[in-house]
Amino acid sequence: MSTVPISAYLTLALVLFCIGLFGALTKRNTVIVLISIELMLNAVNINLVAFSKLGMAPSIDGQVFALFAIAVAAAEAAVGLAILIALYRNRKSVNIDEFNTLKN
Amino acid sequence: MIFSGEFLIFMLLALIAVMGGVLMINLTKVVHMVVALVFTFVSIAGIFVLLSAEFIAAVQILIYSGAVTIIMLFGIMLTRHNDESEPKTGRLRKILLFLGVLGFGVVFYIGVYNVDFPQAANTLHENNTEQIGIALYSKYIIPFELTSVILLVALIGAIVLAKRDDQEEADKE
Repeated sequence: MSTVPISAYLTLALVLFCIGLFGALTKRNTVIVLISIELMLNAVNINLVAFSKLGMAPSIDGQVFALFAIAVAAAEAAVGLAILIALYRNRKSVNIDEFNTLKN
Repeated sequence: MIFSGEFLIFMLLALIAVMGGVLMINLTKVVHMVVALVFTFVSIAGIFVLLSAEFIAAVQILIYSGAVTIIMLFGIMLTRHNDESEPKTGRLRKILLFLGVLGFGVVFYIGVYNVDFPQAANTLHENNTEQIGIALYSKYIIPFELTSVILLVALIGAIVLAKRDDQEEADKE
């Protein structure tokens, strides 16, 4: 059986999630913000797969959920990038703090 | 016991993953950040292999290290960047955010650090792809079909959003 405890996997996922959260909140470049969100989704996938093997009732369902999460994340990346290109065409910039039309 | 080969591999992969993330935060050029993230994605695929999820690992390599990274690189190429433009202002905001994220991390670490379930026998490692296929086409058939709708909507939505609107451009000029 596995010699790595489940808490190790959960801690790794937590660290990656925190890095992604920090990047998504501090970076000004919109592409990097999108990539940080992908990193957070990936950390969640680690949790799903870890529980599917080392959880209370091991079964394949966690891996199927991770597959669905990957599919949705890929769709989100494509739509996010299309929005970014549409914004770039209007504002000639990718800095996230210049997209503040809703503020005024 | 604790220094088994599996544990060493786990530590190595975790180190590469966290290092890629930290590099992503600290590098200045956008393309370098994306390349650093590729290391993280590949080592997460290795973590999936350790968790006897070989099919997810292959999908991870294909989708994340392949498709998402290339899409982001295209996004970088199609937009103009003034590289190394991290502003000097906002340092206080950054520190406060760091403290906030750190607090979030500590709270959840207290929650997970001694989680332990009794290990039950499982058969995930044998015929992994076949098991996933059977589950997808029997138990999860409706979500599986709905995923195709999501992908179609994302495809059409991305094309409509990114399409150059000639009429509007002409009006503007």
